[in-house]
Amino acid sequence: MFSRAQTAWLTVFFSCFVIFLYGPVLSIILLAFQGPEGGLTFPMRGVSLHWFEELWRGLGVVDISRGLRRSLFLGVLVMVFTVILSLCAGLAFRKKFRGSGVLFYLTIASLIIPSIAISLGIALQFRLLDETVKWLGQTLEIQWIIDDFQTSMGLIASGLGTHLTWTLPFGLLIMFAVFNRFNPSYEEAARDLGATPWQTFWGVVFPLIAPALVGVALFGFTLSYDELARSSQALGAVNTLPLELRGLTTTVTNPSIYALGAVTTGVSFLVIGLSLGLFWVLRKKAGNIK
Amino acid sequence: MTRSTSSILAVPFAMVLAVFFVLPLLLVVVVSFWDYTEYSLIPDLILMNYAELFYGCFDWDQGLCTTFATYLSTFKYVFLTWCFTLIIGFGVALYLVFCVRSLKMQIVLFLVCTIPFWTSNVIRMISWIPLLGRNGIVNTALMSMGIIDQPIEWLLYSGFSVTLGFVHLYTLFMVVPIFNSMAKIDRSLIEAAKDSGASAWQIIMNIIVPLSRSGIMIGSIFVITIVVGDFITIGVLGGQQIASVGKIIYVEMSYLQFPAAAANAVVLVSITLLMVAAMMRIVNVRKEL
Repeated sequence: MFSRAQTAWLTVFFSCFVIFLYGPVLSIILLAFQGPEGGLTFPMRGVSLHWFEELWRGLGVVDISRGLRRSLFLGVLVMVFTVILSLCAGLAFRKKFRGSGVLFYLTIASLIIPSIAISLGIALQFRLLDETVKWLGQTLEIQWIIDDFQTSMGLIASGLGTHLTWTLPFGLLIMFAVFNRFNPSYEEAARDLGATPWQTFWGVVFPLIAPALVGVALFGFTLSYDELARSSQALGAVNTLPLELRGLTTTVTNPSIYALGAVTTGVSFLVIGLSLGLFWVLRKKAGNIK
Repeated sequence: MTRSTSSILAVPFAMVLAVFFVLPLLLVVVVSFWDYTEYSLIPDLILMNYAELFYGCFDWDQGLCTTFATYLSTFKYVFLTWCFTLIIGFGVALYLVFCVRSLKMQIVLFLVCTIPFWTSNVIRMISWIPLLGRNGIVNTALMSMGIIDQPIEWLLYSGFSVTLGFVHLYTLFMVVPIFNSMAKIDRSLIEAAKDSGASAWQIIMNIIVPLSRSGIMIGSIFVITIVVGDFITIGVLGGQQIASVGKIIYVEMSYLQFPAAAANAVVLVSITLLMVAAMMRIVNVRKEL
């Protein structure tokens, strides 16, 4: 529909957009490889791995490797839950059920309600829960509660729950997109040939939707690994990597923070690359079934 | 599968949302009516938190109260971000759908646009520092070209860098849904318009924009609801000088003034939901998936 000149203009526009998207991140990855005299801006002063070593030794009080391990652990946990729960809910939504409308709107709401409000709610929830537990401990004279109990907040309880409110809507929306385009005649054929519902699911439906599940897993892991707004008040004393990073933006004034940025971007790209690879392999397999 | 067994599958999903989304939000509403001291929450049913929130707001001679001023500042960024992400996102989608011929290339370029979504937002924020800082690339380049004598101070830690950061982070929330609706447009409509002598601009305004309406709406809902509650981008790129509703809630929470933060959050969530409800009237989200 566009003339040659118009297409050329749009190509220039698109190229500028891609530079705008990637340029800044590339620049900090470059700056992370500076020599020991390097500063926060260009020009680059020397080339070395100095700032990665500095990062390895730890940045002051902040325990980076612990934060990284926590983020990876929580990311994998959130990923597993997101895939299983979204798949099950996606299957349920193929037929109308009582409350399906309400559940759909709740899911959308979980996506669009400002994260700070959800973070506040979960902080309140666990604070009140802690107070109840302490009160129970005192009245029932349960010794370990009186002596040791601090908080029920943590990665697995409040962290997992908070992250799921952010990843599950994406998971369910992907499942909707998949099942809206899913041709039920494959299932009917399997059923006509005498397959049980279980066989139909694992032999026919699952391989066909497996590539989409990789997509759900990718969203589950990366959204959790980078999550910050909802976690900010909901994790108690433990900090994930993004939380540490945000703290560092105000205290660290040398390129080691860029080195950390390069490392975490590297992790993200590794996960994205693996997912895309797996996606193509599974898609090819699904094509063979058809 | 029978109807009852298949709906059981939705139960774990619904439980998670009930415990970690519905219950916390209900608690926010309840606690917004509570009293508090420096170190504890006192169950109560008072309007004090709301009264303090809107203190002086309806006394027009006093000028704008803090709450209204904060909302005004927040909505300024919402509006600016919405305008820029919409224009850029629409242009990018237009290019991907109508200028890229091969499907393979389309998928590759689409991925190029979406990959940053899966990387860290904080990193993408701080990556502006070497570019916009006092001695950053932009200032150095402008000075060496002789356009300016001394570094421009408003590039970083300012309204400018906050808006730039938002556009950088969230344009792809516009690109994806608009791309999705544009890809569904019947090409013969465009051919017909072209044969009747329509210019590219007329085709865009009279065919593509109306038919991408639902994508534009979904993208807008995403961008607006994210920016309206933001406190992180405004914090990191605004140099802790710019006010936003999200940041007030965040600060109140760090001083353990939970009921005050809750009252603020109730107002913020209500406004957000009203805006979304208005936008949802224009488009049926579920049909678009």
